[in-house]
Amino acid sequence: MHRTGELYGQFQTLEQQKESATLGMWIFLVTEVLFFGGLFLTYTINRRTFSTAFGIGSNTLDITLGAGNTVVLIMSSLTMAMAVWSAQVGKKKLVCIFLIATLGLGTVFLGVKAIEYKQKFDHHLIPGRSFDMKYHPANPMAGDDLKELALEKKEVDEAFAVDPDINFHGQLYFSLYFGMTGLHALHMIVGAGLLLWLIKGSFAGRFTPQYNTPVEVVGLYWHFVDIVWIYLFPLLYLIHRHR
Amino acid sequence: MSEHIVSPKIYIAIFAALMLGTGITVWAAFQNFHQFNIVIALVIATIKATLVVLYFMHARYSSKRTQLVIVCSVFWLAIMLALTLTDYTTRSHETQPGVSHLARPAASHLFRV
Repeated sequence: MHRTGELYGQFQTLEQQKESATLGMWIFLVTEVLFFGGLFLTYTINRRTFSTAFGIGSNTLDITLGAGNTVVLIMSSLTMAMAVWSAQVGKKKLVCIFLIATLGLGTVFLGVKAIEYKQKFDHHLIPGRSFDMKYHPANPMAGDDLKELALEKKEVDEAFAVDPDINFHGQLYFSLYFGMTGLHALHMIVGAGLLLWLIKGSFAGRFTPQYNTPVEVVGLYWHFVDIVWIYLFPLLYLIHRHR
Repeated sequence: MSEHIVSPKIYIAIFAALMLGTGITVWAAFQNFHQFNIVIALVIATIKATLVVLYFMHARYSSKRTQLVIVCSVFWLAIMLALTLTDYTTRSHETQPGVSHLARPAASHLFRV
């Protein structure tokens, strides 16, 4: 294919090329919206039907880790946006720094996610033969507050007395938890790969005010993954937290 | 048509708004607003998502064509959610936990309850 510098033959100007690339990325993101949308729909229907089991399941999640990860991910979106800005105004060194910061924050997010998954194994919360929501030691938010802890235990016991099938429906919650956060984490891993490619390009000084399409387009993808988490956090972590 | 450069000031303001939104979401989850807890959580999440789309993703400064694509994604998502949920929410026998024949999987004897 004919190519002049960064401009491919089928385009007349870099601007037109960039417009096409961002439009293409957005069309991909539309398919992603519907892809995740299907999971959110499944979640909605099951949560509506099995609200008690979903509430108990949600209360076993560690809200500190979840909220912390939300902050980390939004920060990484900020650094990604700043990387785009740095490229647009021609600060090549800042592009490198902000891209590396974005990758670092993304890695922190995935690390925390790994810690959370490990906890689920420890607490018998993996759907399957040894799944038992009643087993979970305590709502992490209750902390050292024994009164709060007793209330929590009482509530769980009562729920199990009313509906012995609660462990079945709890497995639905955790299947969705692992499915949705797992798919989200997979997108983060793909994003981390894209960031590595961008960092390589930024060290070569490839991104300039005239040509920064890759940073812009990967940025769109990264922000989309952030949006998915903005919905996942309240829907998975914050069900039935009040008394 | 030259490209619009969003200044870092705006990015930081949006970041602050997103942090505030996260804080309010966590706070609201611990208050008892009855059936409105989920509504509040979703409204805040949607405001946050809109801010990200408009400013971090530059939708506000994009071409009309790109904006149309973005609106389409929301529109199709709304169709999928609305049509499916109108079906499910009008099937009353499934709303009672433990009553539905769908509640217990066919291979239930394989699992420990």
